[in-house]
Amino acid sequence: MSTSAHAAPVAAPHHGAHGDSGHGHAHHPGLAHHFDDLEQQKDSAVYGMWAFLVQEVMFFGGLFIAYIVYRNLYPDAFAHASNLLNVPLGATNTAILLASSLTMALAVRGGATGSKPTQLIMLVLTIVFGLAFLVVKYFEYAEKFEHHLVPGPTFMSDPAHVSPFFQAHPEEIPHAKIFFFLYFAMTGVHAAHMIVGAGLMAWIFLRAKKGEFVPEHHDALEMSGLYWHFVDIVWIFLFPMIYLLGYHFGGHH
Amino acid sequence: MSAQAVAAPHAKIAAPEHRETYLNYDYSWKSWLFTVDHKRIGILYLLTVAFFVAIGGLFAMMIRAELLTPQGDVLESETYNKIFTMHGAVMIFFFLIPGVPGVLGNFVLPLMIGARDVAFPKLNLLSWYIFVVGGLLTLFVAATGGVDTGWTFYAPYSSTYSNTRVAETAIMVFITGFSSILTGLNFLVTVHTMRAPGMTWFRLPLFIWASYATALINVLATPVLAITVLLLALERIFHIGIFDPKVGGDPILFEHMFWFYSHPAVYIMILPAMGVISELVAAFSRKRIFGYSFVAFSSLAIAVLGFLVWGHHMFVSGQSAYAGLVFSVLTVLIAVPTAVKIFNWTATLYQGSVEFATPFLYVLAFFGLFLIGGVTGLFLAAMGLDIHMHDNYFVVAHFHYVMVGGMVTAFFGGLHYWWPKMFGRMYNELTGKLAALIIFVGFNMTFFPQFIVGYMGMPRRYHAYAPEFQVLNVLSSAGAVVLGTGYLLAAVNLIWSLKFGKVVTEKNPWGATGLEWETQTPPIPHNFEVTPRVTQEAYAYHEMYSGKEAHGVH
Amino acid sequence: MSGHDHSPAHGHGGHHVHVVSLKMYFTVIALLFALTFLTVWTASMDLGAYNTIVALLIAITKATLVVLIFMHVLWSKKIVWIMVGSSVVWFAILVAFTMQDYLSRNLG
Repeated sequence: MSTSAHAAPVAAPHHGAHGDSGHGHAHHPGLAHHFDDLEQQKDSAVYGMWAFLVQEVMFFGGLFIAYIVYRNLYPDAFAHASNLLNVPLGATNTAILLASSLTMALAVRGGATGSKPTQLIMLVLTIVFGLAFLVVKYFEYAEKFEHHLVPGPTFMSDPAHVSPFFQAHPEEIPHAKIFFFLYFAMTGVHAAHMIVGAGLMAWIFLRAKKGEFVPEHHDALEMSGLYWHFVDIVWIFLFPMIYLLGYHFGGHH
Repeated sequence: MSAQAVAAPHAKIAAPEHRETYLNYDYSWKSWLFTVDHKRIGILYLLTVAFFVAIGGLFAMMIRAELLTPQGDVLESETYNKIFTMHGAVMIFFFLIPGVPGVLGNFVLPLMIGARDVAFPKLNLLSWYIFVVGGLLTLFVAATGGVDTGWTFYAPYSSTYSNTRVAETAIMVFITGFSSILTGLNFLVTVHTMRAPGMTWFRLPLFIWASYATALINVLATPVLAITVLLLALERIFHIGIFDPKVGGDPILFEHMFWFYSHPAVYIMILPAMGVISELVAAFSRKRIFGYSFVAFSSLAIAVLGFLVWGHHMFVSGQSAYAGLVFSVLTVLIAVPTAVKIFNWTATLYQGSVEFATPFLYVLAFFGLFLIGGVTGLFLAAMGLDIHMHDNYFVVAHFHYVMVGGMVTAFFGGLHYWWPKMFGRMYNELTGKLAALIIFVGFNMTFFPQFIVGYMGMPRRYHAYAPEFQVLNVLSSAGAVVLGTGYLLAAVNLIWSLKFGKVVTEKNPWGATGLEWETQTPPIPHNFEVTPRVTQEAYAYHEMYSGKEAHGVH
Repeated sequence: MSGHDHSPAHGHGGHHVHVVSLKMYFTVIALLFALTFLTVWTASMDLGAYNTIVALLIAITKATLVVLIFMHVLWSKKIVWIMVGSSVVWFAILVAFTMQDYLSRNLG
């Protein structure tokens, strides 16, 4: 008869009443109104962030499948075009990003131990490493523009920066163009993620400065860390796939 | 009929004008545009989706007007190309995909699991804003030049040859995709963390299972579309040739990437609709769903299998015969979980106390139309037959039977079912039934002839056609008018009810199971006075109507 | 009984915080640097088709270290493992089903 056949009022006190009456509890200031407790809130944040990262994997995955298909279609052009990239700069950036991942992990650890100085120092270092990465990237891109290795009308028009392979096989130049298009698309989308990440870290730094992150509640710090590590992982794959394809040919700068 | 004779003591029916609801606690514009209440966001989606479906419908009517005669006399062929492109793009990206999750999902999903809101209320509002901005900018692009590639944006026409505004449209699709991803992410997490005490996975209503499966596809597939259209836009702007075969690009790669999203996307459109049907079948036959766990897992099976079949759009595109064979076989397999649903629904009806209310008429329409749409899909899955059917009206008819006959019919059924809960008003039942009937007749008049002209060889996407197809095309256009009238009648009936409909204050006007029927009508801002504790399976109609255990086991 | 995925045993406000030892973090970063040198070194040799396989194996190892230790997946709930796994599986579907077309184009 009554609809309460399906559900009965809850007896457990900690679920309490909803809505405005929720103020009766001594809630943590970081607990949003629609959650019952910090753990439910943290689980939601963790699952949400990971679902977002799954989405990111598929987002970059679209670029990777394009890379795989064209590399499979034009293996020689890809290897020789790759050999025109600056491996020392790529390796430097790999080192910078790995270091930033460590400082990021330590910043999150500072959240878990409640050490505000650790959080602040490590976040600053993370931001510095992130910006250093972007600066190196800038010089790398600038070099490609100078060498006419940017896909466009003047692509590979400077003989000083076209390897003997492409001089002997001009028919492979359009395929090298596709390689460089993918190089710019993949590292460009990655760099865009770095810029977003640096902005995110600046915001997290300001929150950390206010002392918001305590051991029982530092979700925002931890979730930003997950994002940062993910961007690092993308680079871990980009570096060998893009920079090192033709490294064994030698003759690189 | 209603189980509402005994109301809970705290529901003050005596003074309805003082009841606070999610609709009346604040009337300001701000309280709507900055709301984080999932129910209000659902209403926002309802308004915007209705706007886009009207635009898309207008484009459809222009198409049917052109096709009245074999000559291209109403629209220039270029205009016609733009019109059918916008019809497809608007209907798919701004109605079929966000329709059920955005409107019904937002409104009932948290209620059904006994939560105060979705896990990320602000993100939920952001999804709506992204959707609105993407939609309005798409219409702006359409109004200031348009795009003529078809909603599929096939390269190299789209990437190299088309003179229309492909790049801008692609960027709009890119933006709108994130609305869909974020809604999926939100629902996914909500189902994991926000369930009320006792609401175990196997007590979840089947609408939740279907929405969960849909959310998985949103998160896993949509980003690939985003990157695909981004590459397309870059190609349009910089002319690298990544999809241009003249300079070593591969247009088939575009199709692979596009359909990796866009085939699963048809399950984004139909799965939530199937979830609605599960709720309606149980509610109007007063029975638990036959084979609950089979229906639940068939949603997941469809979501997963849906990722393995995309190549059936590419049988004649130049993919290898071996790949075609694999995709063909897997496509046939997907009929299994789909048939599980259909058989279990019909088995549920067997010996049920079926009530032919308006929502249930939509359920019956769904069965007929979706069945035809699904089975003709099997024809198209067969590679040999598809060579004949490809890109002709048989495909158009199949797609509309599944999407309009399936998703839109279920959407209307769900809207009529949850309407009294949403607004506290009941529409006119006779008008509602009449509209459902007109829609069913009009739909078949519009699209059944298209199976025949398609089979006879009429290609899609041309504004002129051979004279021998005219009779069936006129029938189809006439049917479109009937169909449009049916939708309008249903809409008018619903809108009319907001002012003049019978006031509904009882919690559970249908006498249905589900937590959404155990809160006030319309619900209070935070959904439940007291967090519900679930003690029973979903669809416990036997317990509800057998008289004993009426008050549950406390 | 709680329907939430977390155990009610933690109780109200009960919160599990995992602090990873500094030693472990420094070990991982040392390994990551070592593997980076390894990948550059192996890429400088002509191993034929094995160049790609070696590079991918090293990259996967590095990514796994970051995911498990830096991203705390090692100490996370099963659902996080499932999400990480599903991203790998779905990317594999994208690659496998696309490449089955390209790699079988010449089969006739």
